[in-house]
Amino acid sequence: MPIRTIAVWCPDWPVVAASAVEGVPPQRPAAVLTANRVLACSATARADGVRRGLRKREAQSRCPELVVFDDDPDRDARVFEPVVCAVEALSPGVEMVRPGLVVVAARGPAGYYGGEQEAAERIVDQVAVEAGVECQVGIAEGIFAATLAAHRGVIVDPGRTPEFLAPLGITELVQPAGTAPRHREELIGLLRRLGLRTLGAFGALPVRDVASRFGADAVLARRLARGDDERPLAKRRPPIDLAVTQQFDPPVERVDAAAFAARQPAARLHELLADRGLACTRLEVHAETEHGEELVRTWRCAEPLTPSGINDRVRWQLDAWVTAGAIAGHNTDIDTGSRQRGGVGPSGGIVLLRLVPAEVVPVGSLQRSLWGETGDGDERASRALVRVQGLLGPESVFTAVLGGGRDPAQRVRLVPWGDERVPDRPVEPPWPGRLPPPSPATVFPAGPQNPAGADGAANIASAGGPDRAVAPSVEVFDADGRPVGVTARAVLTAHPHRLVVAGEPERAVTGWAGPWPVEERWWEPDGGRRRARLQVTVVDGPALLLACENSRWRVEGIYD
Amino acid sequence: MGVSAVAVAPASEPDEAAGTGTGAGAVGAAAGRLATPASALRAQTVAVPGPLARLLPWGGLRRGSVVAVRGPTSLLFALLSTASSRSSVWAAVVGRPDLGLLAAAEAGIAIERLALVPRPGAELATVTAALLDGIDLVAVAGVQRLSTAEVRRLTGRARQRGAVLLALGDWPGADLRLDGEGAVWTGLGSGHGRLRSMRLTVRAGGRGAAARQRTAELVLVGAPPPAAEPSADDAPTENAAPDPLLRSVG
Repeated sequence: MPIRTIAVWCPDWPVVAASAVEGVPPQRPAAVLTANRVLACSATARADGVRRGLRKREAQSRCPELVVFDDDPDRDARVFEPVVCAVEALSPGVEMVRPGLVVVAARGPAGYYGGEQEAAERIVDQVAVEAGVECQVGIAEGIFAATLAAHRGVIVDPGRTPEFLAPLGITELVQPAGTAPRHREELIGLLRRLGLRTLGAFGALPVRDVASRFGADAVLARRLARGDDERPLAKRRPPIDLAVTQQFDPPVERVDAAAFAARQPAARLHELLADRGLACTRLEVHAETEHGEELVRTWRCAEPLTPSGINDRVRWQLDAWVTAGAIAGHNTDIDTGSRQRGGVGPSGGIVLLRLVPAEVVPVGSLQRSLWGETGDGDERASRALVRVQGLLGPESVFTAVLGGGRDPAQRVRLVPWGDERVPDRPVEPPWPGRLPPPSPATVFPAGPQNPAGADGAANIASAGGPDRAVAPSVEVFDADGRPVGVTARAVLTAHPHRLVVAGEPERAVTGWAGPWPVEERWWEPDGGRRRARLQVTVVDGPALLLACENSRWRVEGIYD
Repeated sequence: MGVSAVAVAPASEPDEAAGTGTGAGAVGAAAGRLATPASALRAQTVAVPGPLARLLPWGGLRRGSVVAVRGPTSLLFALLSTASSRSSVWAAVVGRPDLGLLAAAEAGIAIERLALVPRPGAELATVTAALLDGIDLVAVAGVQRLSTAEVRRLTGRARQRGAVLLALGDWPGADLRLDGEGAVWTGLGSGHGRLRSMRLTVRAGGRGAAARQRTAELVLVGAPPPAAEPSADDAPTENAAPDPLLRSVG
């Protein structure tokens, strides 16, 4: 029999969090949308007929004053932190299931406050006072039953959990809708079509038949429906060396630094676990601040955590702590009309982060495939890139995204790994003056730069110097030794005969084409940018793309 | 039928068929056949374009090997292009801040699966080792700065992880050496035209099966020059779509 658990549930948490952050009063109907569908809506919106799963337009037609927000799990987690702290003040050992739902063992508070009913009332009051949020409390055996009890605000008598669960609909196994894995939703759909509409009906089936007909996940679901232990008894406490520790110097004090700081330890932890064929179902996030405070939060998840799941939770937690620290440190005079008052936050930056997998299960589905190559090359590559970012910093690993522009360099934007891949300029406009393919294989950013004495050697063997990105200057001479220029009408003053790239011997020109004028932003008051391009082939060297700007020639690209 | 387990290549590598295989259908077809040595070997190579594959003794780049590549950057792009575009193989280039990514995209490389570490600094060996763990094709520039011990370590790491290390420079003890020389561009006249295609002589040598030197002349980018006569083995054999960017001449 699972232990008696208190579940503290804040209804419609995404909406509450969004309204709090955006300053929308709670009586206005509001909804949070994801992928153009309603994910959660407030009670007033529900009274008007808005339901989960509706499209945005439908919801707005049912309730014209509806305020819509975008889905933001980071915000939900961040704003939930004061609530967790409020519950934690009453009873340690709180575990987060997801933003909006925390669970704690019932024995401690019940014993301390003289009964479960009293403990429940204390928690509701505490959360209302400290965090300014309404919540509902339910008590039953096991987290699943306690959550369902919290939805209804009941305290189930000890030992009566199966009777409590029996009349409930079988769709409760996929609550909240949209977060259950696909196979679970399909199973529930199948059970409904077979006529098993209640948890009691499903739980009454013999386990052997369920296993043979529906599979292993159905056995787990049946366990939940009967009010038994949630997880197969294979769970165990792992040895302590599976903890991952990371120190930060300088301390993490900003939200974006926290997001980056969470990435590498999370990736390492997942790798450690996956190497042993384990996945984490309960994760402890420990942090130490520069003043020596220690913060702990336990996250619990019904499904074993994927790498992005671990990353998300660590990030949310660090985010929440850093924000709470910022609020606690600076809110002496701030009018606390917002709801994020209170909460015990860190008083300084975070210097140490430790991730401890408190409960692990052996996994088949997340295990690496038999040949040692993971089934997901993307995941493997992502871990390697995150590790390199850990070595060199976030701005050291990039992928490229193509956009619009006139230069081969302008069209490419280097995006740091992990950031959104969005081009600089839109691709669709015609971009007159664009260079036709083939493009040079080595490019220099075409900007007005002072040409340092770069070694112009265009062989890929020697191309590894630190300042290779500076465009080398070049001088172009005609047959009489005079420099070649470009007139205002984009005509060369003479045929190019020889050219000298900075730092290299002179070479004879064997072929050339151009000049092709490129005018950018000619409508600007200072005239914009004008240059002319020339393609040349030379003896004993690669073909070059030259650009003349303000009577100075530079190498824009090397066709090697 | 225990042998057939080896023939079914992992689902993550659907296109290990390099030279003479059936391309994208290889995995599905192989699942129903007994393993042949060729198909098992196929799973251990990374595909390269057809004309380059004829230079390589195994028809592709052997996983776990080190390839020393010297010559123009376009040769590197050609090596990466087939694997990157047809199978979702990841590639990384270390130490080239001036890489022309538009040219890489034109060569057929999927740039969303091309990771770049332009400035590894002094940590070149560590960064390369970290990348070899997760990425199948790692190209590294500036290898002349590595010490002998680091060279040995990286060679062992590549072999252990089954990745291909493309060293852009000299690499003592490389399994395969590819030298691209004599690049000739066509298309420019005296004040007219534009660059269209590059002709390159590629020499392959190395250790073991690659010890016999093979040479080929390749047209690397753009359409072949109008005066070129298509040679006998120019016609694409196995690949369903002929490779528009890489053609063998002579």
